[in-house]
Amino acid sequence: MLKQTADYITFNLMGLTPGTHTGEAVNFFLYDTTKIFLLLMTIIYVVAIIRTSFPPEKTKRLLSHKREYVGNILAALLGIVTPFCSCSAVPLFIGFVESGVPLGVTFSFLISSPMVNEVALIMLWGLFGWKIALIYIGTGLLVAIFSGIIIGTLKMEKYVQDYVWEMQVGKADIVQMSFREKREYAGEYTLSLLKKIWPYVVIGVGLGAFIHGYAPQDFLLKYAGCDNLFAVPLAVLIGVPLYSNAAGVIPIVHALMEKGMAIGTVLAFMMAVTALSLPEAIILKNVLKNRLLAVFFGIVAVAIVCVGYLFNAIL
Amino acid sequence: MKIEVLGTGCAKCKTLYEAVKTAVKEKGIAADIVKVEDIPSIMKYGVMSTPALVIDGKVIFSGKVASAGEIAALL
Repeated sequence: MLKQTADYITFNLMGLTPGTHTGEAVNFFLYDTTKIFLLLMTIIYVVAIIRTSFPPEKTKRLLSHKREYVGNILAALLGIVTPFCSCSAVPLFIGFVESGVPLGVTFSFLISSPMVNEVALIMLWGLFGWKIALIYIGTGLLVAIFSGIIIGTLKMEKYVQDYVWEMQVGKADIVQMSFREKREYAGEYTLSLLKKIWPYVVIGVGLGAFIHGYAPQDFLLKYAGCDNLFAVPLAVLIGVPLYSNAAGVIPIVHALMEKGMAIGTVLAFMMAVTALSLPEAIILKNVLKNRLLAVFFGIVAVAIVCVGYLFNAIL
Repeated sequence: MKIEVLGTGCAKCKTLYEAVKTAVKEKGIAADIVKVEDIPSIMKYGVMSTPALVIDGKVIFSGKVASAGEIAALL
């Protein structure tokens, strides 16, 4: 349906010829933007409704005094449904460790929550298909669980800022929302998120469409294909400063994959964009000493690079 | 009446603070509006997602921004 509409607008209304660079680029842009915005609207709304049932206070109670391993797995899963914004990272971190959530388990949550987020998943599903989206969720959870377990095993509690352990944390009641309030909340959340990300989506899909229409086939094969061993770590490095722009980055990466970028490299790049962010590191410096912050970034980066190599080798 | 807006200084916290000011002005009531930015004070309320709204020491909501109209209804 969408494809036919996009075809009709490009080739009939605008009079462009199929098979030409401009025709293909415009057609691709129209089809992809409508598809993505429809998906974004529906799924962000549904996810927002689900999230109203998992406030961080409840997640904290579920994870408190959990054992390692079971706790790490549960934390990574709860990371998907618990709303989290990096500006709340400090109160969230303190609330978790103060109520007895083990440090490694807290990190599993902190890693999974931004990485397995609904915007990245929708963009992956819409552009790459559900298989890649599922692989992303699965490996993202594994990276979060594994990194949290390592941090827990390293016994790094002394590298948490000392004041954190002395903090007095009050007990907040969990505010129950009626279904009407949930729907209102979800509606407002969807609107405000779309308002924030739409320019990135349009620019990203636009650049993607340009690459799709104009760049020669396989021009990246030499640099970003399976055979270049440096492609994966380099993709991770480039991904770090692009934080929070999953919406704009994924369409570009999609076009780059068509031109020869290997799938493992694509996954590693996307995970670096969502999971490793400089602003979040600066915020977390309030509660973590440098060594723990470096260990956190280092382990997650290594885990992501491993995911990249693994998928370049098997797919 | 004492109204506190808890938040470490993100954009959403400022939006909520402005909405509270508008709501108080519209209703024409006397209220102390305080922006609480230090972590220990925020943690004392047990709030884990910011911004949060506290009226007379009671947490009304956390982790969202409300419009001036919605806040006025709570006052």
